[in-house]
Amino acid sequence: MQLLVNGENVNLNDGSSVAALLQQLGYTGETFAVAVNGDFVPRAIYDATTLSAGDQLDIVAPVVGG
Amino acid sequence: MTDKLKLYGKEFDSRLLVGTALYPSPAVMRESVSASGSQIITLSLRRQNPEQQQGKMIWDYIQESGCQLLPNTAGCKTPKEVIALAEMSREIFATDWLKLEVIGDDYNLQPDPYGLIEAARELVKRGFKVLPYCTDDLVVCRKLLDVGCEVLMPWGSPIGTGRGLMNKYNLQTLRERLPDTPLIIDAGIGAPSQAGEAMEMGFDAVLLNTAIAKAQNPVLMAQAFKLAIESGRAARNAGLMLKRQTASPSTPTLDMPFWQQTVTAGENA
Repeated sequence: MQLLVNGENVNLNDGSSVAALLQQLGYTGETFAVAVNGDFVPRAIYDATTLSAGDQLDIVAPVVGG
Repeated sequence: MTDKLKLYGKEFDSRLLVGTALYPSPAVMRESVSASGSQIITLSLRRQNPEQQQGKMIWDYIQESGCQLLPNTAGCKTPKEVIALAEMSREIFATDWLKLEVIGDDYNLQPDPYGLIEAARELVKRGFKVLPYCTDDLVVCRKLLDVGCEVLMPWGSPIGTGRGLMNKYNLQTLRERLPDTPLIIDAGIGAPSQAGEAMEMGFDAVLLNTAIAKAQNPVLMAQAFKLAIESGRAARNAGLMLKRQTASPSTPTLDMPFWQQTVTAGENA
């Protein structure tokens, strides 16, 4: 299935979880956070959150700010 | 005399809050924040791919800074965006504190008062300690307090303009009508004199970024703002004299030399 991750197309096996996506893309550590279709997904439920084709994900990390 | 800044039950010695953006380098940013004496720094979140390293740089700095973190929701235009970003911030930065921004206009980055109040209400319910970046409108400020904000951050002027305190009448009104609310002037401050003026007017603190980061010597400018804010606060505590229309000599007029009472011949007779 195809997803949109940070505005770019990503292919992932059907029925995969957020955890699987993060592993495939190489996200490690705890300095990022995830939203699916604009809704926050807590770290504790990455495994339990199943993605669907067309889902839009935002993966964010700390940046400088004013 | 202890004169601490009290925000959401925490006490701070410094009344200067600084942003971490726009510095010529991470090293200058670190040195400038240190020189400012600030104990509260703003940060943000943006999309990032695993191979990008900026996230790690700022994360490493956060770990060593010892400052209270104040993540912002810069760029958000709707309460839905704000709430998602706020929750992501809380997870990453492990703080309930939030500089709430809901932008209503792309050109002057003016806060959207309706979105601001709606977002603040929901964030307070979710346990956030909300510091809203707001306009200087008394009624909007009151409504933000009504929904549970304990601190307000009215703008001096639009973000990054350096124009100082644009509407002193409104700001003075806020100060007088909300005497017990911590009020932080956020945005638009371009010079230490403007920050000092805000403190003299009785504002509790000043939040700024561009004026330090874009100075030719950011570290020196950070020191300048630190001094101006300390000076302005001391002046406020000391009590400023009242303005008057006519001159009043400082030097005693009694026993002024060279002066003789003019006496006419007729009066002596």
